[in-house]
Amino acid sequence: MKQLLLIFFAMVTTNNFVWHYFLGICPFIGVSNKIDNATGMGFAVTFVMTLATIFCWFIYHLLLVRYNLEFLQYVVFILVIASLVQFVEMYLRKTIPTLYRSLGIFLPLITTNCAILGITLFMVIRDYNFIQSVVFAFGGGVGFTFALLIMAGIRENLDLAPVPESFKGAGITLIIAGILALAFMGLTGLIK
Amino acid sequence: MKAYREFIKGIWQSNPVFKILLGLCPTLAVTTQVQNGIAMGLAVLFVLVCSSFIISVFRKQIPPQVRIAVFIVFIATFVTLADYFLKAQFPQISKQLGPYVPLIVVNCIILGRAEAFASKNSIFYSLLDAIGMGLGFTLALVMLSSVRELLGSGSILGYQILGKWWTPWLIMSLPPGAFFTLGILMSIINTFANKHKKHRSVA
Repeated sequence: MKQLLLIFFAMVTTNNFVWHYFLGICPFIGVSNKIDNATGMGFAVTFVMTLATIFCWFIYHLLLVRYNLEFLQYVVFILVIASLVQFVEMYLRKTIPTLYRSLGIFLPLITTNCAILGITLFMVIRDYNFIQSVVFAFGGGVGFTFALLIMAGIRENLDLAPVPESFKGAGITLIIAGILALAFMGLTGLIK
Repeated sequence: MKAYREFIKGIWQSNPVFKILLGLCPTLAVTTQVQNGIAMGLAVLFVLVCSSFIISVFRKQIPPQVRIAVFIVFIATFVTLADYFLKAQFPQISKQLGPYVPLIVVNCIILGRAEAFASKNSIFYSLLDAIGMGLGFTLALVMLSSVRELLGSGSILGYQILGKWWTPWLIMSLPPGAFFTLGILMSIINTFANKHKKHRSVA
């Protein structure tokens, strides 16, 4: 239990996907300009990330390892993620239209979010068991949402700040991300 | 002339990293050392050229409804090849790059070029475009990793450049250093680009 909690907190703070592994930087810079968008994207990513990890864990351990097909893992994982995103999109549109409307536009973008493929690969590399993988994925998603929300809050205020011409846009966003990464590194001692 | 333009645009004018902000994840993650930057750049170049070639060859046969899925399968196949080649020939580099080699599959540069260029243009131009973009990406990685390795450990490609008096900036090898370096490089490049634009509008 303690180990699971540690995995979760490490993924939310010190080993945050955005600031430690640099995964999901494109949506991090792309949709972190408004808090509404950031919330939508964050929830969509958390949802798909957890689902994708569950599916990929079963496929990897029950099919690929058993038949010695590990070399197919990249092709299989990306196909699982792409089709999962499609299914989730169709399912939500039919059953929970309100959730679909709020997540809708972000779902197609998720297929090429490297954090999702990244989490399935880390799951294989670290040899997590099923429960650990699910906690790892959920923590990763929460951490991503967290990072996105902080960034969106700062960027909404940044509109009023006098930023030098050449730093406008991506430049200042990266610098802020660096400062945030620095702040979160301060928590490293918390989790061993 | 058109051929030259297609080739050169990826290196400067629409450099994937500095200008259109694609493929930032590996750019930030692996640039702690120049060696890793070059390896990553070449791996992306290889995958980009191969997938652009094959997508351009089959561009008339691929049904448009499933094109993204087909592109991804092609790309994932070449990434698997590149990954196994690195694992066999350069096990140490492969270990340092870790999951970032398989993550080339979702690198937006490759899918972006496949969708925007290779699926619409002839084989010759697609190859030129892929090589240009790949070299532009490699160039960006080398620039970023030289700064980080030089300041972070005083060396380039493992050779000690700065003497003993240099106190390594540890932060440059850690994640925040990557964000700072890329942010500052990007703003320097923007300054140059803006000046260039102003000159042209005056003249």
